[in-house]
Amino acid sequence: MEFLTIIQVLDSTVRLATPLLLACLAGLFSERAGIFDIGLEGKMLIAAFFSAAVAAVTGSVWLGLLAGIAASLVLSGLHGLASITFRGNQLISGVAINFLAAGLTVLIAQDWFAQGGRTPSLAGAARFAPIELPFASALAGVPVIGPIYSELLSGHSILVYIALLAVPGTWWLLYRTRFGLRLRAVGENPAAVDTAGVSVVGLRFAAVAICGVLCGIAGAYLATALQAGFVKDMTAGRGFIALAALIFAKWRPWHALWACLLFGFLQAIALRYQNIDLGVFVVPVQVMDALPYILTVVILAGFVGKAIPPRAGGEPYVKER
Amino acid sequence: MTFMKTILGTAAALALSAGAALAEPALIFDLGGKFDKSFNEAAHNGAQRWATETGGTYREIELQSEAQREQALRRFAEAGANPIITMGFAMADALSVVAPEYPDTKFVAVDVTWLDALNIRQIGFAEHEGSYLVGMLAGMATKSGTVGFVGGMDIPLIRHFGCGYAQGVKAVNADATIIANMTGTTPSAWNDPVRGSELTKSQISQGADVVYAAAGGTGVGVLQTAADEGILSIGVDSNQNYLHPGKVLTSMLKRVDVAVYDAMKAGTDVETGVFVLGLAEEGVGYSLDEFNAALITDEMKAAVEDARAKIIAGELEVVSYYANDSCPVLDF
Repeated sequence: MEFLTIIQVLDSTVRLATPLLLACLAGLFSERAGIFDIGLEGKMLIAAFFSAAVAAVTGSVWLGLLAGIAASLVLSGLHGLASITFRGNQLISGVAINFLAAGLTVLIAQDWFAQGGRTPSLAGAARFAPIELPFASALAGVPVIGPIYSELLSGHSILVYIALLAVPGTWWLLYRTRFGLRLRAVGENPAAVDTAGVSVVGLRFAAVAICGVLCGIAGAYLATALQAGFVKDMTAGRGFIALAALIFAKWRPWHALWACLLFGFLQAIALRYQNIDLGVFVVPVQVMDALPYILTVVILAGFVGKAIPPRAGGEPYVKER
Repeated sequence: MTFMKTILGTAAALALSAGAALAEPALIFDLGGKFDKSFNEAAHNGAQRWATETGGTYREIELQSEAQREQALRRFAEAGANPIITMGFAMADALSVVAPEYPDTKFVAVDVTWLDALNIRQIGFAEHEGSYLVGMLAGMATKSGTVGFVGGMDIPLIRHFGCGYAQGVKAVNADATIIANMTGTTPSAWNDPVRGSELTKSQISQGADVVYAAAGGTGVGVLQTAADEGILSIGVDSNQNYLHPGKVLTSMLKRVDVAVYDAMKAGTDVETGVFVLGLAEEGVGYSLDEFNAALITDEMKAAVEDARAKIIAGELEVVSYYANDSCPVLDF
């Protein structure tokens, strides 16, 4: 493989991993607080739609981003209401959110734009443009470092850098702040948190809200940075791959970054090479597509370390009397 | 209670007979959805044209899952719709079960040509012939000598598209390299523009400067990325030239709209049997309008028209992927 090809595949990896990473961190906050969230897909989808729709109408991608985050927050609130306030089943609430988003987006898009469940194509300021890092073009000629800097690191939209910064941000918030400690505790032993006089419900809602914001950015990235508009079901299962990455990363932020980059890399390889000829035998492209799930099952089965979810995950908290 | 049953029964019978008397046509869209800017939308346009011209009404459903195929067919058949038009190869199994149960109902199956039933009009398209023509255009338009093909779900039909395209490219540009990628192996491959974009970027980085998308909704991403990166793209099924004026070289037209329109116009008298619509029947073709006029030179047009005439006359044969499940000039 040529050096430039490697750079291009890695470049593609970064683009493909970004929505996964944002969704994965979103799930991390929610699940660390004890709220399982399989509605990541639905939240990304609705954010993708509203970001594209508002960007198309106003011509401003930033307003679009805000609208996407707001839409995602509404669904987060719904999930919180169902699973925290009313102590419903978190998985069922998540599934409902996925269905709701899939239906609502197409319905509203058809009503607003009458283009068959999609938004008009975005152009100019209604899209996130790639950002050229300083000296990118000047350094492009330098061997090895030049291509890495100008191709791989530079030239992504701002949301990619936000996603990458969200990783240390998440780590700091969870492991170095009082809020993070309480958030992790509420996912392990909510009764203890309650005894300490901290509101379990409040913490869990905060976690679900952060999850909503991150899903909102992920959706906006899909619709306004990678693409120029919303298309029906455009998340195409990325929310579920993000969940797989979350388990693969064993609910830790830095590991989430590596897991998402790995899964993005596998996708990028699958997109670049239809079949990989290893000399002895040929690896079909489907194997690459399935690998993230296979790896997750391997991790879950406990072959490589053990993935232990937060202890209180999935259980609504009932105050003892 | 018995009285209620009688009333309900009568009402239901009345509703059924009323439906039968009207014999509205029915249209079943495939999973891509009615407005996919491509295959299903073409059917919708044909049906709409029939409705506005005749003032008639028709029933329709957009399938949401595989499980609905038989159910939708049965419901329309029970309701007395006739003919019932289905979209897509995936309806074949459901049709082979349901059609014999309603011998008096006519079915029209678009993209299905291999069933044994007396009451089905099976319409196939010679996609390889249309793809051959756009392939020629791609071969003449490319400057780098490398062209791309992005397929949707990896099924023989899409390989059929790709194979005709590759032959067209090779016919005018024997040294050209063709990079062919499929988006995926599940139905979500029809609606994943992000993957479509990445595939296009990957093909561009390998030198492609014309990319043909035969991928339903995924093609939206392919055409968008091609326009963003300043290369040419080729649309499919419907005329997609207008999506990015001056950036879409042409579109491979598959006149699903004409097929649907004709079937609805014929109504219950629609002729059954297997029909393959090729260049001669104007079932397939390439699009030329104000959005791509500047991209197609007179020379290119003359070459394509010449090939078109030869294919119709039988002097030039485009090898079908179906012939022996492989393509002479392209490996998938």
